[in-house]
Amino acid sequence: MGLEQQIRSQILTATLEKFVNWARKSSVWPATFGLACCAIEMICTAANRFDIARFGMEAFRASPRQADLMIVAGTVTKKMVPAVVRIYEQMPEPKWVIAMGACASSGGIFRSYAVVQGIDRYLPVDVYVPGCPPRPEALLYGILKLHEKILRDPFLTRKEGPVVVDPHEVPALQEVRA
Amino acid sequence: MSVQPAERAYVTEVVEGLPAGAVTERDSFRDQWAVTVRKDALAEVMEALRNRWGFRYLIDVTAVDFHPRNPRFQVVYHLWCHTRSALLRVKTWVEGDPPSVPSMTALWATANWHERECFDLFGILFDGHPDLRRILLPESWEGHPLRKDYPTEGPDWDVD
Repeated sequence: MGLEQQIRSQILTATLEKFVNWARKSSVWPATFGLACCAIEMICTAANRFDIARFGMEAFRASPRQADLMIVAGTVTKKMVPAVVRIYEQMPEPKWVIAMGACASSGGIFRSYAVVQGIDRYLPVDVYVPGCPPRPEALLYGILKLHEKILRDPFLTRKEGPVVVDPHEVPALQEVRA
Repeated sequence: MSVQPAERAYVTEVVEGLPAGAVTERDSFRDQWAVTVRKDALAEVMEALRNRWGFRYLIDVTAVDFHPRNPRFQVVYHLWCHTRSALLRVKTWVEGDPPSVPSMTALWATANWHERECFDLFGILFDGHPDLRRILLPESWEGHPLRKDYPTEGPDWDVD
């Protein structure tokens, strides 16, 4: 029980965690990726009237390898799921997911054989934004909620250590690949 | 849709000119003619419609599921004649499991994709089709969703 250990767990680590979380939430880069009409509202959010740049998020990345946030904007069909999951897997950690709109959250009006009844069956969703489609303000509110969540992320002080998901061990994802 | 007298006369002429043994039913609704053809005479009738009567354009191939009636499926062809502005609907009943009809790909190239779609969603086989595989759904899909006995929400609605 040395002094360094006390300092590391109580003072220095907590500060570093806060600092890193602040840095992460201040420049979340979303992946350029839209599926249906919700994507139009997402594009609006990025444009000058609503101006997502106020939150350091104007850099929509065309490559998932440079993105932190996946905004699942729209209806996910079963045929689209493999592509969506693949984009998610190509994003580096840490990464977050927003389910934008009724369809991405629950399948929405499409109670159909062809539509995934909520993308949370395949991806770990952080924030659900209701609406059909949600207005840009609603998406911005969801993004602010995500910022709060990122600020609270105990990624260093979490007792059980970091959460690592191996996609090969999730049966739902294996079915998607088949 | 208004039909000019000359066009109406032409379609009537076509419907009456088809071989009597092949056609089981003639039906007109709002100036649109539909003929029901026996399956074994379908190839012959379609060949005559295209080459003799000038129906050079196959608009659509689709099917109707009359579950649980037998025969269960009806395949519907929509034909268009550009020179006479004439529309004709050709129907045929299909029996069997899996149901099958002769392919029209030799007469109309566009039948290729129409018949693939029909196979994909109804599970109707088209004999003589060069490449009969799914066109809309993923290749790993099981079942044919537009059949009446297919659950609308899909078989895995409640899995979680």
